[in-house]
Amino acid sequence: MNRRDFFANATRGAALIGLGGIVGVILQRFRRRNTVWQIDPYRCTQCGKCATECVLEQSAVKCVHAFEMCGYCNLCTGYFEPQPVGLNTGAENQLCPTGAIIRKFIEEPYFEYHINETLCVGCGKCVKGCTMFGNGSLYLQIRHDRCVNCNECSIARTCPADAIHRVPADQPYVRKAQVGKV
Amino acid sequence: MTTFLAVQRFPPPQFTETGHKLPLMTEPAVRALWLERLDVAMLVVVLALAAWLALRRRSRRELTALGIFSVFYFGFWRKGCICSIGAIQNVALALADPGYAIPMVAVVFALLPLAAALLWGRVFCSAVCPHGALQDLMLLKPLKVPQWLEHTLRLLAYVYLGLAMIFAATGAGFIICQYDPFVPIFRLGGSAWMVGLGIGFLLLSLFVGRPYCRFLCPYGALLGLASMLSKWRVRITPDTCTQCRLCEQSCPFGAIVPPTLNPPTTAQLIATEKRRLAGLILLLPVLVAVGVWLGGLAGPALARKHRIVSLAQRVHLEETGAVQGTTDASAAFRATGEPLEKLFADAGVVRNRFVLASRFGGGWMGLVIGLKLISLAIRRKRTDYEADPVRCIGCARCFRYCPEELKRLGLPVPEAPPPS
Repeated sequence: MNRRDFFANATRGAALIGLGGIVGVILQRFRRRNTVWQIDPYRCTQCGKCATECVLEQSAVKCVHAFEMCGYCNLCTGYFEPQPVGLNTGAENQLCPTGAIIRKFIEEPYFEYHINETLCVGCGKCVKGCTMFGNGSLYLQIRHDRCVNCNECSIARTCPADAIHRVPADQPYVRKAQVGKV
Repeated sequence: MTTFLAVQRFPPPQFTETGHKLPLMTEPAVRALWLERLDVAMLVVVLALAAWLALRRRSRRELTALGIFSVFYFGFWRKGCICSIGAIQNVALALADPGYAIPMVAVVFALLPLAAALLWGRVFCSAVCPHGALQDLMLLKPLKVPQWLEHTLRLLAYVYLGLAMIFAATGAGFIICQYDPFVPIFRLGGSAWMVGLGIGFLLLSLFVGRPYCRFLCPYGALLGLASMLSKWRVRITPDTCTQCRLCEQSCPFGAIVPPTLNPPTTAQLIATEKRRLAGLILLLPVLVAVGVWLGGLAGPALARKHRIVSLAQRVHLEETGAVQGTTDASAAFRATGEPLEKLFADAGVVRNRFVLASRFGGGWMGLVIGLKLISLAIRRKRTDYEADPVRCIGCARCFRYCPEELKRLGLPVPEAPPPS
């Protein structure tokens, strides 16, 4: 082996050891948990960027409903425009731009509200109404059947409230629960 | 939980009349872990296959087939994410921020092709990277880029690498991912700007071989550096070089360097070259120092890209009455009720980190420019046409142009055209 080859081999070896060192440092700090993106509903300000900033044509963010927090109101401020013409399913009364909320009569005077996820665009208009005037049972979540788990979530990049972070993959959703029950 | 949430404005009903059961919120499952492991396995297999095809099989056709597979698997199926180019940012962030939980996939994707480059050169670029393979497939009529332009433009990749590392290490975001021109193509959608950029790059790659890989790709720059040490590399001729120049003509990426001609014979010429080299070596520390100084100056400006710094600036302007109203971000911050002092202190910490990082980045850019000048001034002894390991991506195009290779394969060697 001549001198040139020796130096080449030595440098290569050093570089490989360096790469190994980086892996070592990372492994030492690494928490053995997979992570996925999720919205913290307590930070979310319903700015509407979730509907537009996702790399998917139809956002991975959808509205979800924590039924046990819901007041089952007749005048649901997540469902109805601020001054509805009537408390019925007429399109002119609905807050949702795509009519994605299904209003179902349960018993006098209670109504149950379901989200039709194929129609929901994740704009958060209903969430704003419910959070401001209601119980806050409607909230936005990243749906992991849709989310492609980008290396850097492009909604998180523009989220004004810094509400989107990586969470452990074994607890991929934030469950809002009734106060005192949790 | 904040006190704000303790307001249960409308108590949930008991449904004594109908006994209605509350429905449960559905929670669709996360992408299965084995699929992620499949990505890693695919990377290992395709990388090994690419090295074998490029260095042992020496087959362009088989590499093209592998490239098409990569475009579909890593590109259109995995939507170009995770990719090795972007994953180096995760590694940078993980090294700078101990609190960051880096996905294991990102570690493998960032470091495995680098280790492979130490052994086999840039075979990752040839047919594993979907970005590179896509540009390669688009290539129609490669134009020769003049050497001076080639050398200058290639420096851009190192600058981009430096910038990306600054932004990643300070936690300001992953700019390689943000400005990736091909991911919108793989996703078949995106913002108009990025789709336009992607289409622009694809159109450009019809006539300029792999424009992103050569002149911008920060990972390609790293792989090029690793390839300088590669143990096994592309050897164009299996036997002796007849200096026919056919391989040089065949390379669409300007990666084949000619033999050094006319070595300086006069003592005066040799003395001039030695003096030039000495001057450039002395210039190197100066360039690094200038880079560090400029980096320090640019730090605060770059820091504005960080969420906390831009938020602190906005809030400060609002507090001093320089601007009216609030933005979404400042309104959201004010709604949290966190003290202003904490925000400003945090922003100060981030800004300092930015200044430090961009000093490193500036020094890096000075070092790259200085070493580039030195490498151009060193006279090398090359008797044959060779593939420059830094630039060669192992596409295997040149092999079939070499008459010696055709002889090896037992294929007819075309007659040389009569000299005109």
